[in-house]
Amino acid sequence: MEKAATGAILNPVEDRFVSDDALAPAFFEWLCRMGDSALVLGHRVSEWCGHAPALEEDIAMANTALDLIGHTQMWLGLAGEVEDKGRDADALAYLRDALQFRNLLLCELPNGDMGVTIMRQFLFDARHYALLMRLTGSVSPRVAEIAAKAVKEASYHLERSSDLVVRLGDGTDESQRRMQAALGQLWPYVDEMFVADAVDEAVAKAGIAPDPSDLKAEWEETVRSVLAEAMLDMPGPAGFAQTGGVIGRHTEHLGYILAEMQFLQRAYPGARW
Amino acid sequence: MYAQMVKSEGMKSRDEMTPEEQAFQDRVDRGEKIEPKEWMPEGYRKTLIRQIGQHAHSEIVGQLPEGNWITRAPTLERKAILLAKVQDEAGHGLYLYSAAETLGVSRDELTEKLHSGAMKYSSIFNYPTLTWADMGAVGWLVDGAAIMNQVPLQRTSYGPYSRAMIRICKEESFHQRQGYAIMMKMAEGTPAQKEMAQDALNRFWYPSLMMFGPSDAESVHSAQSIAWKIKINTNDELRQKFVDQTVPQAEYLGLSIPDDNLRWNEEKGGYDFSEPNWSEFFEVIKGNGPCNRERMNARVKAWDDGAWFREGLYAHAEKAAHRRAAATTAAE
Ligand SMILES: [Fe+2]
Ligand SMILES: [Fe+2]
Repeated sequence: MEKAATGAILNPVEDRFVSDDALAPAFFEWLCRMGDSALVLGHRVSEWCGHAPALEEDIAMANTALDLIGHTQMWLGLAGEVEDKGRDADALAYLRDALQFRNLLLCELPNGDMGVTIMRQFLFDARHYALLMRLTGSVSPRVAEIAAKAVKEASYHLERSSDLVVRLGDGTDESQRRMQAALGQLWPYVDEMFVADAVDEAVAKAGIAPDPSDLKAEWEETVRSVLAEAMLDMPGPAGFAQTGGVIGRHTEHLGYILAEMQFLQRAYPGARW
Repeated sequence: MYAQMVKSEGMKSRDEMTPEEQAFQDRVDRGEKIEPKEWMPEGYRKTLIRQIGQHAHSEIVGQLPEGNWITRAPTLERKAILLAKVQDEAGHGLYLYSAAETLGVSRDELTEKLHSGAMKYSSIFNYPTLTWADMGAVGWLVDGAAIMNQVPLQRTSYGPYSRAMIRICKEESFHQRQGYAIMMKMAEGTPAQKEMAQDALNRFWYPSLMMFGPSDAESVHSAQSIAWKIKINTNDELRQKFVDQTVPQAEYLGLSIPDDNLRWNEEKGGYDFSEPNWSEFFEVIKGNGPCNRERMNARVKAWDDGAWFREGLYAHAEKAAHRRAAATTAAE
């Protein structure tokens, strides 16, 4: 229960980047990318609540979702400050439509079976952890502060999802077949995590975040070693990669997520909950 | 109160007891805790398994009506609070299954009995959650009723059950406060929100009263359970306490209890109130409530769809143990 209240950061540290007008448009976009991926993946994971294959999984997945919603509150909260138009984390989460959402496509893909859910989590966690580790050294104290908090949770997520990939990959024939199929299904979406555009270049140049392409080697190493231990085949280069989430070009799935997530805020404008 | 109509054993008089049973009853009477390895009457063990098992199942099935609103929670903070609550309920299930395991029944056996219909869960979770106000009403009334029953059960005679109750009660009072906070926001909100709040109270009031089980006059199994301190209060005592506590809370919210017969009775120092519709209660228990089929189907589907997942984990554990054994042999 203590976790639920940790979203807001009291007495934020001084950070000149937050009020840097020249940087604001790119910084805002980048923060939305961080927050939206956490929000949309958290939403997907939370769909399992009460429906997982074992009680321990119900608990673990609620925990992951809870962490990700906590990250969302921090990233989107900071995004609202940088934007400086009076929007808070809730306004950004609940009152933007799909075109303004900046999450990775990987995060919005349907849960499928537990194999898809766990593999999606693992592919995301491996990059999430590598990214947050570097962000703890960001020149922006606010970004570094959020990353320092989030990386502890992301490290646990990665540990857990790697462990499950190994156990299910090297489990029964069926569990192996399902994990391999999940990997194949998700593989076209991994490249999006490492493509840099003008937004990434601007925040990288300012020293706020790494260039996403710099994360690829570390991610590949993690993925390669876990898949090897899991006795799963690492697919070759993705061929035609599915991208576009971070600039607002999504799959058909996101619209339904938002319709569900935003229903109350849209149906009762201005109500307080 | 997640244990309703738990079948107990016929009450024995002192003369009918064996010396062992007499000594056992004396320990219970002295307020001693009974621990797993110690001797206990078979009826005590069986009754406890039924009660703890039913309670555990209720926590698990109870994830569903609230889980229904996680993806639609109206703010990030409400979403986080609700997620944490549903997670707590799964945790309660886990503690309770562990307590039941100390009596010699596995979690899988109990799960199978839930799925086959041989074991029940609380009737309350067979009612639908239709609006966001229901997240308030469930926390306020359902967790409130659960606390009413579980606080005395912290003193129950069986050690592991008592300790599980102590942990659970702390979290349940959080849940109740959070539920009440949702109701408060709705009740002081827009006319549409207020309407949802009143409607949620209207729908959950009588089902909450049913949570305490039928009237004492019809509860044939209470006496032995009370003697064993598996049950601490009678159903009617707890129901009365719940009504007396809840009515002023509803007044504070500016909501009305859907009962024309509700009035303060100075003489008994409590409210007079209408009984719930007991024939509806028995129908719900039989499986004919508004959501019985959905709830059971959801649980069975989760279990069946997850079979390959659980088997994969078992198979891996076995392979790993094998490899470790082989490595040890090779090293010798
Ligand atoms: Fe509970
Ligand atoms: Fe609860």
